[in-house]
Amino acid sequence: MDFNGSDTIPGPRTEDQLPHTAQAAAKIVIVGGFGVGKTTMVGSVSEITPLTTEETMTQAGIGVDDNFGSASKTATTVAMDFGRISITDQLVLYLFGTPGQQRFWFLWNGLFEGALGAVVLVDTRRLEVSFDVMGRLEERGVPFVVAINSFPDAPRYDLEELRTALDLTPDIPIIECDARRRASSRDVLMTLMRFLHSLAMTGSLT
Amino acid sequence: MTPPQRQRRDAVPEPPTPQAGEDKPGNPERMYVVAGPDGERAELDLVTLIVARATDPPPSASPEQAALLRLCAAPLSVAELSAYLHLPFSAMGVLLTELLTAELVQARAPIVRKARSDRSLLEAVMNGLQRL
Repeated sequence: MDFNGSDTIPGPRTEDQLPHTAQAAAKIVIVGGFGVGKTTMVGSVSEITPLTTEETMTQAGIGVDDNFGSASKTATTVAMDFGRISITDQLVLYLFGTPGQQRFWFLWNGLFEGALGAVVLVDTRRLEVSFDVMGRLEERGVPFVVAINSFPDAPRYDLEELRTALDLTPDIPIIECDARRRASSRDVLMTLMRFLHSLAMTGSLT
Repeated sequence: MTPPQRQRRDAVPEPPTPQAGEDKPGNPERMYVVAGPDGERAELDLVTLIVARATDPPPSASPEQAALLRLCAAPLSVAELSAYLHLPFSAMGVLLTELLTAELVQARAPIVRKARSDRSLLEAVMNGLQRL
C-alpha cells in the first residue's frame, strides 16, 4: 500500500470521532450463518457506518477444507464488519459481525477473547447452520443469547420448541427480532446484557 | 414440522493450542502488552483505544506511522484504525508496537470479560443502550 498520499486517507468524519474522555471499550460478537442478518444488525444499532477489519489466517487454518483447492495456498483473509455505540463519554461498545466461514472466526485470536458475550443470530429456515457456532461458544465458555431473525417466509416455531431443538439450557434467553430495526436489535443487546448481569449476580460467569 | 436437533457441548478447559513447531494461527505481534489503567497488563485487542500523544507526527515517522497518528488525534480503536488504513489486524500490531515504544501513542486497555464480571459496567451499558 502506498502511504505517501496519507493526507488523503479517509478517517472518521468529525461527528464520528470519539471524545478524548473515552477511556475504554468493550466488545460483543454477533455470530450466525451466512445471510442471517449479522451485518444488518450491526448496521441498525451502530452510530457509525459499519467498517470492515481484516485478518490474514495462515497455514494452520487451511488445509482442512477442500474448497481451498491448490495446496500452495497458505493464507486466507477473514473480514469482520463492525459498528460502534458510545455508552457514556468514557465507555464505548463495539459490535463485531462475522461473515465468512465460521471456523475461521475462532482462529482469530482476540476476537472472542475478552468479548463480554455473543448474540447467535438464527434463521429458522436454516436452523442447523448455527449449531456449530453455538457449540464452539459453549466450548470456549463465551456466554450467549439466541436471537431469531424473523424472516417473513421462515417457518415459525414455538420458542420452547426451538429451545429444545437448539438444546439450550433453561437460563439462556431466546428471543425473536427484526435485525433491520434499531429498537429490535437494541432489545437483543439489552437481553444479552441482562443475561450477563444475571450471570454476574449468581457468580457463574466464567 | 419438526426443527433439526442440536446437541449441547461442554466447555473445554483450555482452547486447543497448536503443537510446538506447528505454525501458530494468528499473529505473534498480538503478544505485545500494554499497561492498563490500574497497571494491569493487556494484549493489544481489536477494541484497545489508541490516542496520539502529539498532534503532529515527528519528521522521523514513516508514512504509515504518520497516517496512523493523524487518524488517532482523537481516540480510535485498533479495529477502526485497521479499517481506515486497510491493514490487517496483525499488521496493526507491528505498527502500534513501534509507536507505543516510541511513546508517540497511548493505548487504553479494553474492558474484557472476567471471572467476576463488573456489574456496574453492565448496568452502565444497559443504561446507554436504553437511550439508543
